[in-house]
Amino acid sequence: MKILVPIKRVVDYNVKVHVKADESGVDTANVKMSVNPFDEIAIEEAVRLKESGKADEVVAVTIGVTKAQEQLRTAMAIGADRGILVETDIAPEPLAVAKCLKALVERERPDLVIMGKQAIDDDFNQTGQMLAALLGWAQGTFASKLQLESGQATITREVDGGLETLLLPLPAIVTTDLRLNEPRYASLPNIMKAKKKPLDVLKPGDLDADFSPRLETLKVREPARRKAGVKVASVDELIHKLKTEAKVLS
Amino acid sequence: MSTLVIAEHDNVTLAPATLNCLTAAQKIGGDIDFLVAANDGGSVAEEAAMAAGVRKVLKADSPAYEHPVAENLAPLIARLASEYTHILAPATTFGKNILPRAAGLLDVQMISDVTAIVAPDTFERPIYAGNAIATVRSKDARILLTIRSTAFDPAAAGGGNAVIENIDATSDAGLSRFVKAELSESDRPELGTAGIVVSGGRGVGSAENFSLIEQLADRLGAAVGASRAAVDAGFVPNDYQVGQTGKIVAPELYIAIGISGAIQHLAGMKDSKVIVAINKDEEAPIFEVADYGLVEDLFKAVPDILEKL
Repeated sequence: MKILVPIKRVVDYNVKVHVKADESGVDTANVKMSVNPFDEIAIEEAVRLKESGKADEVVAVTIGVTKAQEQLRTAMAIGADRGILVETDIAPEPLAVAKCLKALVERERPDLVIMGKQAIDDDFNQTGQMLAALLGWAQGTFASKLQLESGQATITREVDGGLETLLLPLPAIVTTDLRLNEPRYASLPNIMKAKKKPLDVLKPGDLDADFSPRLETLKVREPARRKAGVKVASVDELIHKLKTEAKVLS
Repeated sequence: MSTLVIAEHDNVTLAPATLNCLTAAQKIGGDIDFLVAANDGGSVAEEAAMAAGVRKVLKADSPAYEHPVAENLAPLIARLASEYTHILAPATTFGKNILPRAAGLLDVQMISDVTAIVAPDTFERPIYAGNAIATVRSKDARILLTIRSTAFDPAAAGGGNAVIENIDATSDAGLSRFVKAELSESDRPELGTAGIVVSGGRGVGSAENFSLIEQLADRLGAAVGASRAAVDAGFVPNDYQVGQTGKIVAPELYIAIGISGAIQHLAGMKDSKVIVAINKDEEAPIFEVADYGLVEDLFKAVPDILEKL
């Protein structure tokens, strides 16, 4: 059993981003970059499956800049066995990523792909579903529980009304939700060990990947700011203001 | 131009988010059809046919559509796509699961979580947990969108008289199999569409204490929400979560109790009309977005409100 875990280098979730003055995008210069949190959950889940004897190999892959090797090293410090970087300065859209991942899946032949349900930068929530479509595989999105048994995956999904359980034949794509697990902190020895694990660098051309965009970003602006509110001194004042000023209580 | 709106339903009634999606379709312009793919979805199709401004309702019945399994629904959407310039679904867990799969089959770069229609090919959507709003133009021949419900008012549920057309179902893909659903039963309004939402966070402290939040919600006829911290701590189930990756809400009144206000939570509620924050930490970031902030221990403030309302 081999598990492929696609990950993405994104602005760290603690950073509050700012829109560039010319409204051409978000300023990502000199901000802390990390593994997309949902992808970190995906790595952790794959590593746990390996540790419990249900998987033999965990391969982390990413598409991105040279420095995205840092995120692959993080994945390997958590426990991935090796990493693959498809090196590009273009930030490809989900469909192009899915097509490139399909080529990687055909090369690596994993039994299971575990990936984050969305990246916290573009918030698209598409790539896993698109990859499943391109491969004709089963998909289990927004998973909060995953069990592998006799060539099948049982997953519990977080849906709007509560939880849903699906049985997926393998190979399959699983996308992670927040409560699937709590990723570990990589220990120093494991961080050192990760530096020696194999990391292959591919060019998009090696996979016939086409990253030309289908969407044109015309503008990126700040969201509407809320007017500064007031502090009220007491419950009485709060109720009074909600009734007479905001008129949201009768 | 013509738009296909994918109806979300439980085989009996139409989910409210479908009507918000219909409003977005009306803003695009052109003819609008609904797709009701269900297991015996007659009542859903009739309800859809009554919605304002719908040309026809395509009704596909199959046991394979009993549960919204993406592997079964996406091929049906893809088969119908050639008749339409736009295909829309609500940006709920239903739409987010199925539409990208259809987009993959159709070789379309879909656009998620649309909050404004600028032109038939140009849309606004939040990125970075709503800290920026991107305007994007699609260069694809066909446009697939998921629609954020809070950004569009629901279309009128009555007044329409669309034709219901039975269409062939696709065969069962034989991939994912539905096992079970554990859905929260509640008499409270639905979180995504409630007029008032009362949410609790880590400060509430325990599942038992959360009954205080629920009492206040019930007094106000409100839905109950929660921060990620409260869900992770096991105070409430996952479907209570408001935030970047949970539910997006925009009620008339949002009361945040014991919630510090991480940006991921703010992303899910900052478009509420009036925001009240109750927190004993006066430095909590939630106060930066609150219209009315009360710095007080929630275990004193909430019983006090219950007594005085």
